[in-house]
Amino acid sequence: MLKPRVPLEEQKVMPVNGDEAVAYAVKQCLVDVVAAYPITPQTIIVEKFSEFVANGEVKTQYVPVESEHSAMSACIGAAAAGARTFTSTSAQGLALMWENLYIASGLRLPIVMAVVNRALSAPINIHCDHSDAYGMRDSGWIQLFVENSQEAYDTTIQAFKIAEHPEVQLPVAVNLDGFFLSHTLENVYMLPDEEVHRFLGGYRKLVKTYVDYLNREVEYKLDPANPLSIGSLDLYDYYFEHKMPQVEAMKKASDVVRRVNEEWYELTGRSYGDGVIDSYAVEDADAVVIVLGSSAGTMKYVASLMRQKGFKVGVVRLRMFRPFPFSEVRELLKGVKVVGVMDRGLSFGSYGPLYLEVNTAFYYSKERPLLVNYIYGLGGRDLSPAMAEEVFMDLIEVAKISEVREHLKFIGVRS
Amino acid sequence: MSSGNPQPEIGPIEYEYGKEHSLPLEFNLRKLAETRKPILLPGHRLCAGCGAAIVIKLIGYALRGPTVIANATGCIEVATTIFPYTSWAIPWIHVAFENAAAVASGIEAAYKAFQEAGRLPYKNVDVIALAGDGGTYDIGIQALSGMAERGHKVLYVLYDNEAYMNTGIQRSGGTPIYAWTTTSPVGSIIPGKTQPKKPIADIMVAHRIPYVATATAAHWADLFRKVRRGLEANGPAFLHVLSSCNRGWRHALEVAVEVSRRAVDTCYFPLWEYKLGEGYYLTDRSLQIARNPKLKQPIEKYLELQERFRHILRPEAAKLLKQLQEYVDAVWQDLLNRAVNAPK
Repeated sequence: MLKPRVPLEEQKVMPVNGDEAVAYAVKQCLVDVVAAYPITPQTIIVEKFSEFVANGEVKTQYVPVESEHSAMSACIGAAAAGARTFTSTSAQGLALMWENLYIASGLRLPIVMAVVNRALSAPINIHCDHSDAYGMRDSGWIQLFVENSQEAYDTTIQAFKIAEHPEVQLPVAVNLDGFFLSHTLENVYMLPDEEVHRFLGGYRKLVKTYVDYLNREVEYKLDPANPLSIGSLDLYDYYFEHKMPQVEAMKKASDVVRRVNEEWYELTGRSYGDGVIDSYAVEDADAVVIVLGSSAGTMKYVASLMRQKGFKVGVVRLRMFRPFPFSEVRELLKGVKVVGVMDRGLSFGSYGPLYLEVNTAFYYSKERPLLVNYIYGLGGRDLSPAMAEEVFMDLIEVAKISEVREHLKFIGVRS
Repeated sequence: MSSGNPQPEIGPIEYEYGKEHSLPLEFNLRKLAETRKPILLPGHRLCAGCGAAIVIKLIGYALRGPTVIANATGCIEVATTIFPYTSWAIPWIHVAFENAAAVASGIEAAYKAFQEAGRLPYKNVDVIALAGDGGTYDIGIQALSGMAERGHKVLYVLYDNEAYMNTGIQRSGGTPIYAWTTTSPVGSIIPGKTQPKKPIADIMVAHRIPYVATATAAHWADLFRKVRRGLEANGPAFLHVLSSCNRGWRHALEVAVEVSRRAVDTCYFPLWEYKLGEGYYLTDRSLQIARNPKLKQPIEKYLELQERFRHILRPEAAKLLKQLQEYVDAVWQDLLNRAVNAPK
């Protein structure tokens, strides 16, 4: 193994929960403006960050806005002024931001947001599922999901680098499971501040763009020396063309996510699969599950137990949901007999969003695995090892009979 | 223009980094027109006779130097920035309808962060939020209230044309009582809007921010001074500008300024300013009326120019007209009671 630039013994171990891990990461990222509104289970992030500000440990302007809508609005304003910006929210807060999510990406502002995943109302519930994240999947944000608090820390720092990459310039959402991660203590290794600064290349760097009415290349920001109009009315004669660079930027984001994961490995000794997909025991597997977030830990644990009993099962954890790694999924699962797609959320009247993507990934393949969609853990319902085993056994049965009798199954729900 | 008068070159206003930019407040209109670049350039698609275009141009003449504008969705936004064109000579951003104050908060926070880190290439950058009545009284009031409470150094300019004009004249919280709009139509039973206008400027006074004022384009020197004081205020400032819309108010194209003047002459829209710690001051024509009540015109003088109030001027609506006059008088008297400089 390559020796990381900052060896483990030079990294500071802190017993923190997932929210705190995010707050500590943001503290080190030379963030100019944080605008946020409290909502369970994201609250600890804003509380902790407020402490940093109150104690002068960070120079960030903290804007304690009166709603999540204004949180994202203030981030958009600040980012358009050239600032590095961060916010965080959950569930209803994310839903309230909705129109601004599209504006943040449409205006190509590299805002970073921690989404502490929580079920959407009604009924009101404060616990984890991915319905909030699924709700923003079409909004033009890069969506990363983490498995543990260490990854929450690491990914939050990486997110700024990904978002601000000249070829990307898109907002990034770092998803961490509410309570399972946000409120659970874990030892997290943290870098010295200056290493994070160096990794990010200091303060946010702005991209330049040619502006015809100024007849020169100028930095893309609100600047009295180079007066730009940002957020113009754009009708049928230009809107479509202006959406195309967003399409292209998303395409380029996958590579950037991978490269940043590699750089992180060289710096810290930690990496998460190839940055896009993190897989476990997939190579010779007959049955594989695909999952997002912290449940991957349970699935891997159960898979390891089942392997001991001779069942060839594996786990694919998608670290990146947007852009969706279609070809990577297809390549990785080539030859697998049956794939179970686990969604912690669903589109009512359809399937789980992850399942739909996996179907798309395989549609043009000659050899397609059988696909089953398992909806689990809504409203924070625990995914127990027993349930995980039930999913694997079900997949093994499907593999045996080579037929999917039910495509949509609900795990751990009383009848 | 064929007048032969010298004019500043039309185009973007570019403030050099690291230089002192301190524009004097100039009241000589000729000098302004000849030397000061307008912030809103010709070629925009606002309607002929639009009050808001005049208001914005006037505001531009009162700026101190580098300024950024956060504009809410509305007529101004759609008519001044139809891609690939823009009429804005200074940095301008539009995000959405209800959040001009929140966007401005973020911009102000960013400049503060840059300043504290020694990364702002100017001594100061002023931030103005610009929104219509819908974006202020209704959908934007939460963001506005939040901005005021948090104390962002932003001048919020409300150009109030008293309805959702951009979408086709629908009633807002800023629409006055008895006004016709497409969603408060004058029917056989209901005489237009049945609720009075929300006292938005007083609501902002209640936030105890440093500076609140009302203004119109007709009283331009008063407007200049108020813009300047708003920008110089040590915290949030709110400027309520009555801005006519000939499409929605149903008046002739050429009376945008006259109708604003009459709004003040009838005390329908009194001119005042509020300074935290000092109180309300009447200004300009409204102070003259307070000192000489004979100058106060009956409300009909304001209504008669506008077809949106036509039904109130019919003989059978005499009762409604009387009620409206009583309402205007009561609000005016209330202001007289509060104003520090009103004769007691």
